[in-house]
Amino acid sequence: MSFFPYAVAAWLFVIGLYGIVTSRNFVHLVICLAVLQSSTYVLLLSIGYRVGGTAPVFAGVRVGTPAVDPVVQALMLTDIVVEATVVALLLALALQLHKRANTLDPDKLKALEG
Amino acid sequence: MSTLAPLPVVIPLSVAAILSALNKFVGRRLSEALAILTTIATGLICGELLLQARVQPVIHWFGGWTPRAGVALGISFVIDPIGAGAAVFTSLLVLAALIFSLHYFDTVGTLFHVLMLGFLGAMCGFALTGDLFNLFVFFELMSASAFALCGYKVEEPESMQGALNFGITNTVGAFLVLSGIGLLYGRTGALNMAQIGRTLGGNLDGLVITAFVFIMAGFFVKAAVFPFHFWLADAHAVAPTPVCVLFSGIMVELGIYAVLRVYWVIFDGPFAAHRWDVRALLLAVGSITAVVGAVMCFGQRHIKRLLAFSTVSHVGLLTIGFGVLKEDALAGVALYVLGHGLVKAALFLVAGLLLHRFSSVDELELHGRACRMHATGVVFFAAALGLASMPGFATFLGESGIIDGAKGIGQGWVRAVFVISGMLTAGAVLRVWGRVFRGMGKADDAETASAKKIDEGRETKAASHGIPAAMFAPAAGLVLLAIAIGLTPGVKRAVRTAAIVMQDRTGYQARVLEHAWISVTPAEEEHTPIGKGLAWSFGTTAAALALAFLSLSPYWPTKHVLVRPVAKTVHLLRAIHSGHVGDYVAFLTFGVAAFGVVLAVLIHLR
Repeated sequence: MSFFPYAVAAWLFVIGLYGIVTSRNFVHLVICLAVLQSSTYVLLLSIGYRVGGTAPVFAGVRVGTPAVDPVVQALMLTDIVVEATVVALLLALALQLHKRANTLDPDKLKALEG
Repeated sequence: MSTLAPLPVVIPLSVAAILSALNKFVGRRLSEALAILTTIATGLICGELLLQARVQPVIHWFGGWTPRAGVALGISFVIDPIGAGAAVFTSLLVLAALIFSLHYFDTVGTLFHVLMLGFLGAMCGFALTGDLFNLFVFFELMSASAFALCGYKVEEPESMQGALNFGITNTVGAFLVLSGIGLLYGRTGALNMAQIGRTLGGNLDGLVITAFVFIMAGFFVKAAVFPFHFWLADAHAVAPTPVCVLFSGIMVELGIYAVLRVYWVIFDGPFAAHRWDVRALLLAVGSITAVVGAVMCFGQRHIKRLLAFSTVSHVGLLTIGFGVLKEDALAGVALYVLGHGLVKAALFLVAGLLLHRFSSVDELELHGRACRMHATGVVFFAAALGLASMPGFATFLGESGIIDGAKGIGQGWVRAVFVISGMLTAGAVLRVWGRVFRGMGKADDAETASAKKIDEGRETKAASHGIPAAMFAPAAGLVLLAIAIGLTPGVKRAVRTAAIVMQDRTGYQARVLEHAWISVTPAEEEHTPIGKGLAWSFGTTAAALALAFLSLSPYWPTKHVLVRPVAKTVHLLRAIHSGHVGDYVAFLTFGVAAFGVVLAVLIHLR
C-alpha cells in the first residue's frame, strides 16, 4: 500500500481546516467542512485497501481470493449518512441566519463576542 | 445476555420517530405526556441495568453475534456501573428539563419533544456502548439533536450563529475522532473496544500516539476543554434554558466520560510506561481550563453565559480528575459530575425562571427585581454554595475524591486550582444572587457593564403573576438531591467500587470477549473526610461569599495599580472569545497540534 492516499487524506483535512478558518461566508464554510470530511472517506478506504483484492462480494469466487475490507466501506457509508444530516442541518441554520441577519459573513456578526 | 440493554436507545428513538410522523395530529399536551412517560421509562430501565451492572457488567451482543474464540465481530453494549449511572443521570436531567418546559415555549410543536427524545436516546447509547465506531455514531446523533435544539429559537440571528459555531467546531471534533478510530482499525482490525485494547497490548508507537491525540482532542471538543471550549458559551447563551440544563449537566460531561472509557479500555496498556507523560499533559490542560473558565465566568453579566463559563471551569477540574489516572480520582470525577450536574441544572432552571418572569437574564437589568422571589432565591443561593463544593453537597465528595487521588501521586497542588475555580465561579453566581435577589450593589456598575450584553429573546408569554410550580419544583428538587447524595453515607464507597471496575482493563476484556465472570471487589471502607479537606472547602465557600460581597460593595478596586495587570489579562481573554467560528477552529487546530507535539516530546524524552 503506497503512502499516497494517506497524504491525500491529510491534505484534504488540512485544506478543509484552512477553508473553515479563513472563510467569510457560512455556506462556503459548511462546504469546507464537507471537504474536511472527505478526508475521512479517503483515510477509511485506503485503510481497507488490499493490493490485488476484488470487491468484497463472495458469491462465485474461490475461497482465499483476496478482497478489500468491507468493514471500512460500511463505516464510510455510515459516515456519509451521518454527515449528510449534519451538513444539511448546518446549511439550514446558515439559510435561516441569512434571512434574519441579512449576512452570512462571520466577521459581521458581533453578538457573541467576549 | 440482557434483553433490557438496547431499550434505553430503542424506546426514546421509536417514540421520537412516531411523534415526528404524527406531528400534525398529536396535540401539545399529549406529546408532552408521551415524552415525559418515555423519559421515566428509560430512566427506570437504566436504573434496573445499573442494579444488574453492580453485580457484573452487562453485555449485550446485537443480533446474537457473540465473540468466537475471543474474537469479536458483532456490536456490543457493555454496561458497567459508571456507564449505567451516566444513563440514569441523563434520564433524570431530561425529565427535569421536560417538566420545566411544560410552561415554556408557547409556540412549541411536538418537534421539541422529538429532538429531546432523540438527544436522550443518543446520550444513553453513548454511555452504554462497548464499540468504538458505535460510540462515534451516537456522538454524532447526540450532536445533531443538540445543534437543532441549540438553534431552536429560529427567529433570532444570534441563535443561528451560536448553533453554527457549536455545530461546526463539534463536527470538526467528530472527524478527529473518526480519523483516530480509522487509524486504530488499521492497526488492530477491530472496532470493539475490548478487542482493540487486547490487540494493542502494551505497544506504543507513533500511530497509537496519533490515534490517542485525535480521539482525545475530538472528545475534548465536546467536553469544552481549553482550547476547544469556545463554542460552549455561545451555544449556552442562545439555547433555550431547558436545553442548557442538558448541555451543561450531562452532554459536556459525556465528552469526559468518553475519554475516560477509551483511555482505560484501550490506551492504558500502550501508555502504561508513560503514565506520567499523560498526567503532565492532562493536569496542565485541566488547570488552564479551570482558571480560564473561572476568570471568564466572573467577567460576565449575561447569566446564562456566566453559568456556561462556570461549566468550562468545572470541566477543567474534571480533566484534572481524569489526569490523576487513579481510581479514587476517577470515583471523584463521577461524583463531581453528579453533584455539578445537579446544581448547575438548578442554576440554569432558575435563570429560565428569571427569563420567564422578567424577560431578561441580564444581571444589571435584573438588579433588585427578584427581591420578592424568596424561595427561588434560596434555591439559587444553595446551588451556588454547591458550586463552591461546600461540604454537604455531592460536589464536595467529588472534590475530595479527586484531591485525595492527586495527593496519592504527590500532586497536592491541584487543591489550589479547585480553590480558585470554586471561589471565582461561585463568587460570580453569588454576586448575581446578591444583585438580583437582594438588590445589593449598583444597577450601573461600570466593571460588570463592560461585559457584553446580549438581548435574550422571550421564551414564554409574559408572566406577570407568580411562578408556576412546574418551573420551580425541578430546580428545588435537583438541589435537594445534590445535598441528599452528598449526605448519604456509603455513596463514595459504592462509586469507588464502580471506578475500580471501570479501570480494570483485563477484567473488561475478559468479560466482553470470553464472557468471563469477573471479580468485583468492593472498595475498602472510606475514612470520613474530616479536618483539612473540610476546612479548605468551607474556606473556599467563605472566600466566594466574600468575593461576591466585595464586588458588590463600593470598595471593589477597579482602578488600583495592582488590579490593572489582572484587568488587562481579562481583557485579552475576552478578546480571544471572539464569537468567530474561524478563530475557534484555528484554536482547535492549534490545540490538537500542541497536544500531539507535547505528548510525543515527553514520551521521546523518557
